[in-house]
Amino acid sequence: MINDNTFDQTADDVVKSEKFEYNTLNLGPTHPATHGIFQNVLTMDGEFIVDSEQTVGYIHRAFEKIAERRTFYQITPLTDRLNYCSAPINNMGWFMTVEKLLGIEIPKRIQYLRVIIMELSRIADHLVCNSVIGVDTGALTPFTYIFQAREWAYEVFEEISGARMTTHIGRIGGFERNFSQRAWDKIHLFMEKYPPMLKEFENLLMRNRIFMDRTIGVGSISAERALNYGFTGPNLRAAGVDYDVRVANPYSSYDEFDFAIPVGKSGDTYDRFMVRQEEMWQSLSIVRQAIEKLDKLDDKDTFRASVPEFVLPPKEKVYNNMEALIFHFKQIMGEVEIPKTEIYHSIEGANGELGFYLIADGNRTPYRLHFRRPCFIYYQAFPEMIKGSLLSDAIVTMSSLNVIAGELDA
Amino acid sequence: MSSNKSLTELKLSPDDITGRGYMTTRLDVLIGLARKNSLWPLPFATSCCGIEFMSTMAAHYDLARFGMERLSFSPRQSDMLMVMGTISKKLAPVLQEVYLQMAEPRWVLAVGACASSGGIFDTYSVLQGIDKVIPVDVYVPGCPPRPEQIIDGVMKIQELAHKHEPLRRRNSDEYKELLSKYGIE
Amino acid sequence: MYTINNQLVNEVKETLTNKFGDAITCFEVVADMPQLTIRKDKITDVVDILLNTFGFSFLTDLCGVHYPESENELAVVYHLHNLAKNQRIRLKTFTKASDPSIPSITPLFSSANWMERETYDFYGIVFQGHPNLRRILNCDDMDYFPMRKEYALEDTTREDKDDTMFGR
Repeated sequence: MINDNTFDQTADDVVKSEKFEYNTLNLGPTHPATHGIFQNVLTMDGEFIVDSEQTVGYIHRAFEKIAERRTFYQITPLTDRLNYCSAPINNMGWFMTVEKLLGIEIPKRIQYLRVIIMELSRIADHLVCNSVIGVDTGALTPFTYIFQAREWAYEVFEEISGARMTTHIGRIGGFERNFSQRAWDKIHLFMEKYPPMLKEFENLLMRNRIFMDRTIGVGSISAERALNYGFTGPNLRAAGVDYDVRVANPYSSYDEFDFAIPVGKSGDTYDRFMVRQEEMWQSLSIVRQAIEKLDKLDDKDTFRASVPEFVLPPKEKVYNNMEALIFHFKQIMGEVEIPKTEIYHSIEGANGELGFYLIADGNRTPYRLHFRRPCFIYYQAFPEMIKGSLLSDAIVTMSSLNVIAGELDA
Repeated sequence: MSSNKSLTELKLSPDDITGRGYMTTRLDVLIGLARKNSLWPLPFATSCCGIEFMSTMAAHYDLARFGMERLSFSPRQSDMLMVMGTISKKLAPVLQEVYLQMAEPRWVLAVGACASSGGIFDTYSVLQGIDKVIPVDVYVPGCPPRPEQIIDGVMKIQELAHKHEPLRRRNSDEYKELLSKYGIE
Repeated sequence: MYTINNQLVNEVKETLTNKFGDAITCFEVVADMPQLTIRKDKITDVVDILLNTFGFSFLTDLCGVHYPESENELAVVYHLHNLAKNQRIRLKTFTKASDPSIPSITPLFSSANWMERETYDFYGIVFQGHPNLRRILNCDDMDYFPMRKEYALEDTTREDKDDTMFGR
């Protein structure tokens, strides 16, 4: 017979007898909210997550093995496909590694041009991450509209390199050609039209009651744990550590630019969103400064350092000039001298410190190339970040970490 | 709908009789028309092509005007499987599971070079084309294909759904033979 | 090339050579990075000293390399970073392919967990003391270690690609 005490007793009995069970939920590889292909098997106590186990490697494409069979230029398309939301940054990082290996000095103008390209692609990547955090909380509108800004950035890349997303932008020593007037027009169009759009995006999400309730206090990690887990990039800065490779080990004349590094306090999802948001404003300011510096330079023509052993000379010269013929032959047949040494170079990718560990043995293909991929390293912390939280919080945490599957699996 | 076409040009198929306020057509043409304009895609986005798909869904190259406003992430409720990105051998059984869970009529669109043939990754871990595990209707080449190319591929699937699908493709011998090659009943 | 904090590096070199003697087989500066080669049984102690005494609190990278011509074929390379003094350092250990086992540094750095699993997956180096050493990126039932130099890049059993046409 059911009376008022029936259910109370039943609950007490259950707890005392410890017969409650956890259930397993498979946030499987193909899930709309994972934004990439990786699997989380969650052990849940009702709606709360007790533990989780991850499986990655569903798009393992063996980049490091391919890189042992490819010449330096042929590796650039592989670097495109690491963090494909911001492919130009990866390209530039790879070229800087090779230039460090070969000891090539890059003129100032090229360094400023590289800074412009890298900051534009950093903006593109942060836009994806922030709008996708919005999508996971239910806000589809900012995503739909802010992608227009990415289209303007893509037009700049397409004008310079020919491709929108997987760009292979630049060459060893600089760029393939000088930025045309059309490219500059498109950059100025971006600089003009993008800030109001970013402001509108902020207005939709930043002080939105629902968004703040969903993201504040969710998925936090302390600075000590973040450092121990090897976090870098916006995720580490949201936890409170101001480590940015652009400031710690400046490359490509970043030490001449005046920009701030936004740092959060609690390492939760809202802090990560805000750090990325502020970084986009800082990137805009860096691009403006770079354009001013370029105007002040006398040199308006250099687009490539003089590296005859890595630039194919123009065909007219090859048919008429002896040195050009020799350089052409050396490059095509792979007779270029490459020093035997080991180089580690890292840049500030959109997700953190993207490192290239290159062991060169004198051949035209690397002996070993290892990519230090930030996503792979910080995704290990995910089970610790979601322990004890609700399932919907776990989804928002995952999207705020900005895990790009290409960089996770390489 | 306002249109400058004369009544005879509004026919859906050549044998239709049209007049003022009425039209005759075959049932399968009508159903094909309805199907083609309301395909529900399942975006199986793995890598770089997935980001181009996100651009296709966004406001500039809107895919919703083709009837794909509602993306279905559940295979049981979708018509079209869009495989975008590299499929590795670890993921191939998962892809086949997803395909098996789709109900007829179903179409498969392989977007990108990696899904069509393995792309630039001829390695030990990458499946050299998804047609090794599931039958594919339309291949969209490119690395990644531009959003316009993806839309072109989608329009070709729409044409398949409209014109080249008699009401029951699943019962034809050719289709059954194709599926049996993959071990699917 | 980045400047090296010579004072810190010399301190590290002195302390480690005094403490471990001949377990430190080589100390050199390669390009702009000081590099130590350490015998594999002492690696955890060295990393512990670097972490707790000298402040190298960030494990940047951990990867493996295969040198088929040398006697100790498999190498593991660690990159550590002292964030406060902005100095990086590289550690290398070697092991034989017949008995590829190296102590794990997971108790010191949680980020080593997946990086060691990746190195095991690619080269077959067994890390002792690792909480969960199994394959991470490749299929679980794979029976060889693909990054070793003797294995081909392509899947040798595939029939649809003609090697003569593809220039291999």
